Amino acid sequence: MSTRLELGKVGESVRRVDAIPKVTGEFAYASDLFDAGMLWGHTLRSPHAHAGIRSIDISQALAMAGVHAVMTHEDVPGDKRYGLEFADQPVLAFDRVRYFGEPVALVAAEHPEQARRAAAKIVVDYETLEPVVDMERAANQEPIHPQHWTLGHGFRDDRRPNVVRDMRIVRGDPEATGDVSVEGYYELGIQDQAFLGPESGLAVPDGEGGIDIYVATQWLHVDRDQVAPCLGLPKEQVRIHLAGVGGAFGGREDLSMQVHGAMLALHTNRPVKIVYSREESFYGHVHRHPARIWMEHRANRDGKLVCVRARILLDGGAYASSSTAVVSNACSFAVGPYAVDNVLVEGTCVYTNNPPCGAMRGFGAVQSCFANEAQMDKLAAALELDPAQLRLRNALAPGDALPTGQRVTGALPVAEVIRRAAAIPVPEPEELLRDPIRLPGGAGNTTRGEGVRRGVGFAVGFKNIGYSEGFDDYTAARVRLFADAEGELTAEVHCAAAEVGQGVTNVLVQAARTELEVDNVMLAPHTTASVGSAGSSSASRMTWMASGAVQTACRAVKDELERRGGRLAPGEEIDLERIYRHPRTAPLDPETGQVTDERAHVAFAVAAMRAVVEVDVDLGLTRVVWIGTAQDVGKALNPQAVYGQIEGGTAQGLGLALMEEIQTRDGLITNASFTDYLIPTALDMPPVESVLVEDPEPDAPYGVKGVGEPPTVVSTAAIVSALRDATGRELARVPVRPDDIAL
Amino acid sequence: MPGRAGFARASVRNDRSMRLGGAEVGVKISLTVNGEPRETEIWPGESLLYALRERLGLPGSKNACEQGECGSCSVLLDGSLVCACLVLAAQADSHRVETVEGLAGNGELHPVQDAFAETGAVQCGFCTPGLIVATVDLLARNPEPTDDEIREALSGNLCRCTGYAKIFDAVRLAAGGPR
Repeated sequence: MSTRLELGKVGESVRRVDAIPKVTGEFAYASDLFDAGMLWGHTLRSPHAHAGIRSIDISQALAMAGVHAVMTHEDVPGDKRYGLEFADQPVLAFDRVRYFGEPVALVAAEHPEQARRAAAKIVVDYETLEPVVDMERAANQEPIHPQHWTLGHGFRDDRRPNVVRDMRIVRGDPEATGDVSVEGYYELGIQDQAFLGPESGLAVPDGEGGIDIYVATQWLHVDRDQVAPCLGLPKEQVRIHLAGVGGAFGGREDLSMQVHGAMLALHTNRPVKIVYSREESFYGHVHRHPARIWMEHRANRDGKLVCVRARILLDGGAYASSSTAVVSNACSFAVGPYAVDNVLVEGTCVYTNNPPCGAMRGFGAVQSCFANEAQMDKLAAALELDPAQLRLRNALAPGDALPTGQRVTGALPVAEVIRRAAAIPVPEPEELLRDPIRLPGGAGNTTRGEGVRRGVGFAVGFKNIGYSEGFDDYTAARVRLFADAEGELTAEVHCAAAEVGQGVTNVLVQAARTELEVDNVMLAPHTTASVGSAGSSSASRMTWMASGAVQTACRAVKDELERRGGRLAPGEEIDLERIYRHPRTAPLDPETGQVTDERAHVAFAVAAMRAVVEVDVDLGLTRVVWIGTAQDVGKALNPQAVYGQIEGGTAQGLGLALMEEIQTRDGLITNASFTDYLIPTALDMPPVESVLVEDPEPDAPYGVKGVGEPPTVVSTAAIVSALRDATGRELARVPVRPDDIAL
Repeated sequence: MPGRAGFARASVRNDRSMRLGGAEVGVKISLTVNGEPRETEIWPGESLLYALRERLGLPGSKNACEQGECGSCSVLLDGSLVCACLVLAAQADSHRVETVEGLAGNGELHPVQDAFAETGAVQCGFCTPGLIVATVDLLARNPEPTDDEIREALSGNLCRCTGYAKIFDAVRLAAGGPR
């Protein structure tokens, strides 16, 4: 069934398509689904970070009341491994488990508690192995995988054990020296996407050997392309439908319950629903890579950067996921949006037995930005320059070359964004005698103002839009224009673009209304069954790609309408599907990291941010008082949604700056709950004053750029910059802990 | 049953008594939900949230943390704001529960619902039902909350998408003030 919509055109702030069902509670998230005769699936997970599996005994579990199926790796009907880019991850562990929480067996039962209890009766005989947990040592330890999955894929030839990807970007003379030099060593902990809607889905057998999977995901077609081979089914027999998504932020790029639910459903011939608990969700998706980064910046007395050298190490955890692209991004954006002639960036991502890492909002650029912007602050201090002025002096502009040799050809208003952010007036300090809720420590009432110092910070974030390095990235849209009995036209838009909360459904409708000038626009369900791939709701790409696809399909429909004399008879229709591609990218040279064609990245976006903090330096407690930011958005298709992305993205960066870290001990996660893994609350978030800088991107539909990631890239760096200003401490690791400030 | 290779290990049983660790399912509870008297059978270990979502057909209250940290399952129990995940279904026997599904009436949104939709306070929306119930509770106690009071009242409801700014706008709008 299509949803009928009457909403605005491109550039107007419009109410969300799904706002009403979401405020009334009627919106069906994946965890809300129900089907007659439905069973509940549950996943037994590894209690070890690294262990061999000698045997699995399911007999007791199978004998329990209400249990309909217990399945292990022996029951995987097709390929036993899958993966987003490299099929290195078992559907269910065999021979070995490589991380804490890895799926080992499945149960389907009448009641979720029966399924949990049955899973607890499965006896797995493990032989524990020494886990590889130190990213610095991983490349010199025993390999945790039987083969080197990422060799032979065009990356730099590095055969050391556990190396996922090693890369190098060399430009100019990396030995070039300037008048001053600053260096630093920076660390970032593991951040979790912590979307509120846990991984969930419902698998329904179609009675003919095929399966329909209703799931919260980011890319329907790539799910299908991974699921079908594991089930031993042709793609046509696996249909993936988007169920309501409770946030994603990268954490739903990889499969979670899709194959598991389908296996149980096909085996029992009953619909099977799987809903992860919060604890399980921490084990059930990839996280942001923890990083260790060394950087040295050399500059002339006037502040012009001469040379930047960086060494970036990322811990990819047990499976590759999208790590090869994350490390590439971390290296590509290591020097920020600054023009530097001489660069040496070396980056390595390793396998370990720590939690698997992959996509999270910002995708490698967050880690680099934190280090690089700290360096820019150090440099400004060494040169006694204003931090914003130093950045302006080095601001990249269209025509300039990036460290990869790629020339910036599109819109990139770096200087404008820096100037606009620096011009937002910072609020005056508030008198210290005030409600404790507005002091560091908050309702804990830990200070009346004594020991509280104020700091102001500045940072600039930089990231690509879209998939890179030669990836054939496209989005399909299908538009059906038909006439009712009176000859009035209605358009139905089919696009598999995943609505993950960002508001892409509005974009689809706005683009169709703009192009066709038809009031009645309906949105068909997002599914693999009726339209081609939309690509992923990732990399800040979907607004660009989906609006491009709908624009292209609508224009084809319009041409056909004109050919038919500009009108349709009652009951007549035009139904056309078209594919949109962004400008082509090409791989980087594996040895030099230089572009092998015009571009390795499609386009870029930049955000600058000022942050004001207060710090109780006696107790190490912090409060972010205010944030002002300017962001390069190309063209805001739905301004209200753009502001929402900036505010929400800023909050996630604040979380990484101050509180969010998955803690591990020997590879075991020790804080898999919202009691122990903290995300910002209503009391933690300051007001965010946002300025949209609209400089249309020439290659993009309507001049649009993605807006989701830049605020997350920049805000961690901006907030820690302010903490340094308040405390005078180096604060080279995030999240910043009270101990880092007070002791 | 499709007899797929490798799919022959489990047997299907149709045990409708739903034994859970020896305990029979089948405790009956009666409660008033959104003004309507309702009855259902539960297993005694089930939370009020599970009973609402899986037994009473009211999945509007969301399950996001199971330990009272996120507020996504906020409901009113005899008029008090609670996390339905922390209340046993059996404890709600003979009590009155209001959920997000009970707020709109006669085809009209509740003013708090309308304000959330209007201000852009909804993104993925998973936190929205809980935040709306918590806001209804706040405004019933305090019709003109200050910004600090809004922040404190909603600090038990996590939102991962919005950064809260537009949620505060929604509360101010629903309270009749400027955004």
